Amino acid sequence: MSDSAINVSLQQRHPIPLSVQLECQHGELLALVGPSGSGKTTILRAIAGLYQPTKSNIVCQSEVWQNSTQSLFLPTHRRKVGLVFQNYALFPHMTVLDNIQQALTDWPKQQQKTQALVLLEKVHLQGLEQRYPKMLSGGQQQRVAVARALARKPKVLLLDEPFSAVDQVTRRKLYRELLALRKKLAMPMILVTHDLEESTLLADRIALLHKGEVLQTGTPDFVSAHPKTATVARLMDQQNLFTAQVIEHNEQNKKTLLHWHGLVLEAIYQPRFLIEQKVCWMIQPANILLHRRDRPSNGDKENPLQGQIIEYLEINGLANILVQIDKELNINITINVPLHVAKRNRLGVNENIGISLLSEGIHLMPYQALRREN
Amino acid sequence: MDWQALTLSVKLSLVTLLFLLPIGIIFGRWLAYRQFFGKSLVQTLLTLPLILPPTVLGYYLLVVFSPNQGLGLWLSNTFGTTLVFNFEGLVLASVIFNLPFAIQPMQRAFAAIPREIREAAACCGMSPGQVLWKIELPLAWHGIVSAMVMSFAHTLGEFGIVLMVGGNIPAETQTIAISIYDRVQAFDDHSAAVMSFSLLLFSMMTISFTYWLSERSEKPHV
Repeated sequence: MSDSAINVSLQQRHPIPLSVQLECQHGELLALVGPSGSGKTTILRAIAGLYQPTKSNIVCQSEVWQNSTQSLFLPTHRRKVGLVFQNYALFPHMTVLDNIQQALTDWPKQQQKTQALVLLEKVHLQGLEQRYPKMLSGGQQQRVAVARALARKPKVLLLDEPFSAVDQVTRRKLYRELLALRKKLAMPMILVTHDLEESTLLADRIALLHKGEVLQTGTPDFVSAHPKTATVARLMDQQNLFTAQVIEHNEQNKKTLLHWHGLVLEAIYQPRFLIEQKVCWMIQPANILLHRRDRPSNGDKENPLQGQIIEYLEINGLANILVQIDKELNINITINVPLHVAKRNRLGVNENIGISLLSEGIHLMPYQALRREN
Repeated sequence: MDWQALTLSVKLSLVTLLFLLPIGIIFGRWLAYRQFFGKSLVQTLLTLPLILPPTVLGYYLLVVFSPNQGLGLWLSNTFGTTLVFNFEGLVLASVIFNLPFAIQPMQRAFAAIPREIREAAACCGMSPGQVLWKIELPLAWHGIVSAMVMSFAHTLGEFGIVLMVGGNIPAETQTIAISIYDRVQAFDDHSAAVMSFSLLLFSMMTISFTYWLSERSEKPHV
């Protein structure tokens, strides 16, 4: 095992399948991302010692917390772990101050109150120390939960979907607070979320989970742009996912040519796929250019396609457009363009448009049957 | 008013509670948190005294406690004591027939504590004992008090088992419920009426108190 701040290895077939190998560095925020039931929370619970998989090895800052081969298991209360639960799990019969003081067992009794007040200030909750959890808003409860988790001076901070129980406005505010707070923290942090946007915003790295297995780890941008498999691409919500056949590798101009439904596409050079091999490929909407109707440009020559808009949605300042390339084969490509560009080009349903797929953005993956091509 | 019988009833109820409190907490917690093979059988056995006619339960206890066989014989040979027709036997019988009254409310109260709250306590560094003392008992106290009040009232008014196991020995096993029966048999209607009314009043107070407790427990902590 490497000398990361925390190393986690979990293997199990039943009752919850797990095949996990993770590490997180000091000060790093690792997000466990995946759909419901993919085992994210189970991993977090295993790290905290609240769940014991069949085979496990968890080492945190040189301290072995769990090793199934040596039958070693350090109970939760003896692990220095800070866990923020999804519903915060504040002690309802205690005030905010008491909630935090419960985790300050390492401090002398007379200093516990002062320390709790310092932590409350850190999470901007001064003046609320005598309130009970039920008297707080969702955002305030979350902050108390974070303060309580930090009170133990944990060796690892675990966050189990901590933003799911608050409204969107509060969530944005809490994101900013977490980003500010994490700059001050040197411990590894593991965040569980099913929200890709959240993980992209907050995490240094993500570990993508599916049915208890870590499919890929990496920076959010890298995993989005370079998924190992079509399954990863689907889980990363990549909508432009297709199958094709490799027909040529051109080492000189660093291009790989693909045969896709009678069209030849130029992709960036990816020689690990053999000629005539069937592959999956994807392209992010950001790598698709819209042809200007009034002024064609050089970029338009790169994998040009013509299609008809069949769906047009305006979301957060972007026009999310579904372009039908082939009606018979039902091949559609999703593009995103800024609203002002969409308006200038008078884009709308039934309009015919031209688009270009940037060859640098065409990423190849091993072939697997797709339920449908967009 | 048969003060001797009332005192004995109160004493029996209090001693019964002394045993039922730890038993209720241990079994209530165990049944609330653990899933195990045969759990429904254990729950059935523990609920049985609620359904079974007291005389039937009393009869079986009489058989088990009999100094001529089994447990009774062993107790007689080992300690030179017997559990029939004395106060100790009455306490044991009383504990057994009160098991559902004590365990069920406690089990419900422990089960109502979200798992995450207990887990959060462990993450705060609390040992299982500290979690019980600082988190579980304060959150389940209404269930525990309600169980104790119900068991106390139930013991105070129990007739069938007490008569079967304890007989009707004044100052030893004659409780207030048996004394009422005794007074009616002796045509002492006045005493029977006073004692009956006292028990009625006490029962009403008990039920009001448990309702008040359950209403209180539903309110948020403020």
